[in-house]
This record gives sequence, C-alpha cells and structure tokens, in this order.
Amino acid sequence: MNGREINWIALIIVILLFVAVAIMGFMAARWRRTGEQGLHSLDEWGLGGRGFGTWITWFLLGGDLYTAYTFVAVPAAMWATGAVSGFFAVPYTIVLYPIIFIIMSRLWSVSHRHGFVTSADFVGGRYGSRWLSLAVAVTGIVATMPYIALQLVGIKAVLTVLGLGSSQNMLLTDMPLILAFVVLAAYTYTSGLRAPAMIAVVKDLLIYLSVIVAVIYLPIKFGGWDTIFGAAETKLGTVNQATGKPAGVFIPGPGNYSAYWTLALGSALALFMYPHSVTGVLASKARNTIRRNAAILPLYSLMLGFLALLGFVAIQAGTKPVDLDGSVNPQLVVPQLFLDHFPAWFAGIALAAIAIGALVPAAIMSIAAANLFTRNVYRDFFRPNVDAKTEANVSKIVSLVVKVGALIFVIAMDQSTAINMQLLGGIWILQTFPAVVVGLYTRWFDRWALLAGWAAGIAFGTISAYNVVNPVTHAHFGGSVAPIPGTDFSVYIAVSAFALNLIVSALLTLVLRALKVPTGEDTTRPSDYGADETDPKIVEIERTHRFVEPGGAPPVA
Amino acid sequence: MSRHDGPDPNHHPNPPVPRGRRLTRETPTRGPARRTPYVIAGILLAAAILLPLLPQTYSFAAPRVGGMPFFYWYQLLWVPISAALSGIAYWLVTTEDRRRRAAARAASLPAEGQAGTASEGDQR
Repeated sequence: MNGREINWIALIIVILLFVAVAIMGFMAARWRRTGEQGLHSLDEWGLGGRGFGTWITWFLLGGDLYTAYTFVAVPAAMWATGAVSGFFAVPYTIVLYPIIFIIMSRLWSVSHRHGFVTSADFVGGRYGSRWLSLAVAVTGIVATMPYIALQLVGIKAVLTVLGLGSSQNMLLTDMPLILAFVVLAAYTYTSGLRAPAMIAVVKDLLIYLSVIVAVIYLPIKFGGWDTIFGAAETKLGTVNQATGKPAGVFIPGPGNYSAYWTLALGSALALFMYPHSVTGVLASKARNTIRRNAAILPLYSLMLGFLALLGFVAIQAGTKPVDLDGSVNPQLVVPQLFLDHFPAWFAGIALAAIAIGALVPAAIMSIAAANLFTRNVYRDFFRPNVDAKTEANVSKIVSLVVKVGALIFVIAMDQSTAINMQLLGGIWILQTFPAVVVGLYTRWFDRWALLAGWAAGIAFGTISAYNVVNPVTHAHFGGSVAPIPGTDFSVYIAVSAFALNLIVSALLTLVLRALKVPTGEDTTRPSDYGADETDPKIVEIERTHRFVEPGGAPPVA
Repeated sequence: MSRHDGPDPNHHPNPPVPRGRRLTRETPTRGPARRTPYVIAGILLAAAILLPLLPQTYSFAAPRVGGMPFFYWYQLLWVPISAALSGIAYWLVTTEDRRRRAAARAASLPAEGQAGTASEGDQR
C-alpha cells in the first residue's frame, strides 16, 4: 500500500485555508496595537499587549490546550485501547477548570502587579531564588519542546492521509511540513502572540463545525450509537495473542480505577504548569477573565468527548489507518475516517482544521518557551539590566530556535521518541507545581527544599517511566501508569512523583528551618494577590512615591 | 522585573504626592473578606473536582441512553454540570470581590495614618 493516491480536492481546500490563515497571521501584527512602542517589549510581542478579553481568551486557550495532537491521539487511543488511555481525557478536562478557577486568578494578579511574564518570574520574585526559578524555566522549556514536535506529528497525519509524501524519499516527504513551519515561524516572529490568537478563532470554528457534523451524521450512517458501542465492546474485549490480555478497556473495572482517576487528576494539575497555558492566562486583560473562562471553556471538553467517541465510530466503520510503510498507525484513524465518509471538500475542511490546530499551539508554545529563556536564563544569569526591546528581540530569535529544534526532533528522530518525551514532559512539568501553585498561597516551603523536592520528583518519575515496559514490543517508556513502589496500586507516575516531591519539600523545609538557613527575599506582598487591572502596578507606585522598602523581613501571608 | 526593582534603582527626587491618597505597596487592594461566599464557592468547586474523579460511582454499562453506556454519557453530562457550578462560584466570588474592592478604596481615600496596617485576608 505504498504511495497513496493524492486527494486533490481535499488537498486544495487544505492549502487554501492554510494560506488564508498565514495571511491573517502576518496581519495580526497590526491588530489591537496600543502603545507607540510597537512590538518591542515582551508584554507586546510575547503577551499580545496583555489585553485579551473574555472571548479572545476563550479562543486562544481553546486553541492552545486542545491541540492537533489531542485531536489525533485521543480518538487513536480510544480506537486502539479504549477508555482508560483515551476517555480519561473527559474527566481530565472537566476537573481542570474548577482547578484553574481557584489558582489562576491569583497568578494573574501577582503577575500583573509585578510585570511577571512567566511562572518562573513569579517563583524568582516569591522565593528570591534564581536557581529555583531556573529549575522551573528549564523544566518548562524541556517539557514544551516535544509538545511542539507532537504538533508536527499531527500535521504529518493529515498530510499522510492526503497522499503527500512517500516512504522512500525522506526530504520530499517532509517538504510540506518544513514549508508549513517556515511560514509559522515567520508570522510568529513578526506578530508574536497576536498571530495565534487571531488564527485560533478560525481554527476553533472549523473544528466545531467538523466535529458537530461528524457526530450527527456518522452515527446515523453506521446504525446508531448502540451498534457503534457494540462494535467497540467486541473489539476491545478480543484477547490479544501476544499478551493473553484483552485488547483494551471498554468500561474500566475496579483494577483500573486508580489509573483512571490519577491520569485525569495528574494531567489536570499539570496542564496549567505548561508555559503555553500560563502565557494564555497572563495575556488576558483582567483578574476575572480566566475565571469567566473556567465557566465557558468546558464547551471544548464536550467537543473533545465526542471527538474521542469518533474513535469508536471508526471501529464500527472499519477504518483502516495504514501508514506509508504499510504498518497500522492508529493516529491516522480520525483523518482517514473523515476522508472515507465525507465528500472531499468537507474532508478538506476537517483536515485543515486539524492542521491549523497544530499551528496555534505550536506558535504559543514557542513564544512561551522563548519568554522563559529570555527572562529566567538570559536576563537572570547574563544580562540583569537588559532593556525591554532587547528582551523582545532575544525572545523572537529563541522562538525560531525552538521551532527548528522541534522540526529536527520530528524529522531526524523516530516519532516514538517525541511521544516518549512528551510522556516524560507531563511527569516533569507537574514537579513545578509545589513551587508555583503552593507559592501562590504560602511562603512556608523553603526554596532549597522545593528545589530538592523538584529534583527528587523528576528523578523518580523518569526512572519509573523508563521501567514501564511495553508487553508486546518490550520497549521502555511503554506507558505512564505504574504501581506505587511496594504496592500493586497502579497510578499515573506524575502523581506518585508529585507526592514524593511534596514529602521531600516538606521534610527538608523543617530541617533547613531548624538549621536557620536564610529564606531569601520575597518581593511580593499580600495585597498583590488580589490586585485587579485597575490597581496600580508596583513600578507605578514606586514612581509616584519613591517608596523605599522597610528593612527586615516582609510580612508573609 | 521581580527582584531588580527592589530598593529604588532610580533615585528620583520625591515627586508630588497625589492629593489625599497615599499608596504604598502594603495598601490593601481589597477589604476584609466575608467567609460565606468563599465557603459556598469552595464547596461547589470541590464537588466539581472530586465527583468526576470517582470512577467507582459511574463505571457501569447500564442504564444506556440512546445506545450510550452509563459510563460514557454520565461523564459527558458532567461537562455542563461543572460549567454551571463554576458559573455559580464565579457569581458568588465576583460579587464579594466587588464589595471588598469598594471597601478598600473607601478606606484608602482619607488615607495617611492607616496605610499598610489594614488587614488583608486575601483568601483566593
């Protein structure tokens, strides 16, 4: 089955929509421009002027969190192994929003007051420790890189079913991918965060259109949900010859409960530690913008839930996701399903929605990673007195470097490397939670103890993930669930590593306190955590009053 | 910014203080909180976080709705429920927030003697 036929109508629709979106991306530079400064500061380039209202933030975060890889991987997991590895995405995105309702407005307020651009900025200001800040920043950058790479995997799935590329010529295969990324890199460079914000609106409308039509039309075509769930139950219950176990899970049994809920909870806690999520939050206009979004973003979760069920629809439809080299690749399931059962022009719209869905998060992720580098590595360690314009320039260049890195990742390495790294990234990023989120509420933890807890969590998580062996291929990094050491209670590794992290941080804090180790300067005040857009920023207060900080330790909430 | 804007790097001469209003970094941005709205909002949000994380309460096939096993439609049903709970919590918290802000601003206007000592109580 080498060399698929090119579906010209679908391909032309995809190209047209891609070009339209690219033009929007370049025009976005002039959108909502306020100051005479242009895009010459991180606030303007990297946070879109910090002025996005409720609806733009809704589209931006929706486009940011529900990525092309999500659209491809969640139904793929449902198709291949069922509920535990696929449908957990639904409780995950349900419990996500109450959590961000609670924590994110506080992060917004303190960042607004102090001009923080990244979560590592906040950690640096709160704990007076650039090393802890560096740990948070590096974790963010390292976890983001494979995530960007996976967006390319999403685009690749679309290009493959469209018939582009061959298994022989590597360069020819990857040419459209490289082209798409050069365009993406160019408009991110010129327009900053405004470009993905604007494109996200188009992308989300296309996705909603595709999913709504598919969810209404396909079940009717395939004999209703009854038949579809019946086919899924049969397929997932079939015993796999190699392992002697069923192919997947249709409805989780008691043995799977702990894996199911820890996957959902751990992923929800981790998602807003990712730099691109923080960037989306800090780009909003007011303290309550993110809270209003907590009530309206679940619409995306509903869409994701139905999209996941399309994996079951594909089982009933008999979709054959055959890759260029003839092997079965579950990630092609959804693109193939659209191509098989819809007119070419509509399949083109749906495939374009997935491909554009890769561009929005890829842009935001590269901006977020670049901001981390500029603020918490370049400024903190090399140029403490850097001006705003240089910061923006450094960030622009780093955003290009990050994207090239991701591209090399996908082209030069095996696709499974990117997936393994992404799996590890989720485990690693959750280890920044104690420093960032606990720091929003209390300064009780010691900075060095947090650093040690972070290191312990990362080491434990990495080793545990390495030790998970795929029962069929015997490869390492075979999954993200492992028993808690000494028990047979299977949980998401990120969660057990997180628990270890907290324990180490707490115990070491007690030890360091007993040894009277200096705790570092906290530049934040209790008043900062409730500030709104109308409250003056710290620089403004200091400008009008030449306020000199009183000596001694600041009051800590 | 963070730690680099500490004890004044600029050494400006003291600019005129705006009439009647003395803001410092300690000036509360919000007045003291009333407990009730936060407690209720907290319970609603806790329910929206905890209940979807209990698969033992919904991991069944029956009853089916429109051919969909309970396990699947129940979780999809939680999406609008969670949105509604967040919506109510939003209303409770922002109403109280507005009151606290108004209280803080009224308090800081006559100013002078009390800046920096008022209790804060920023709970969320």
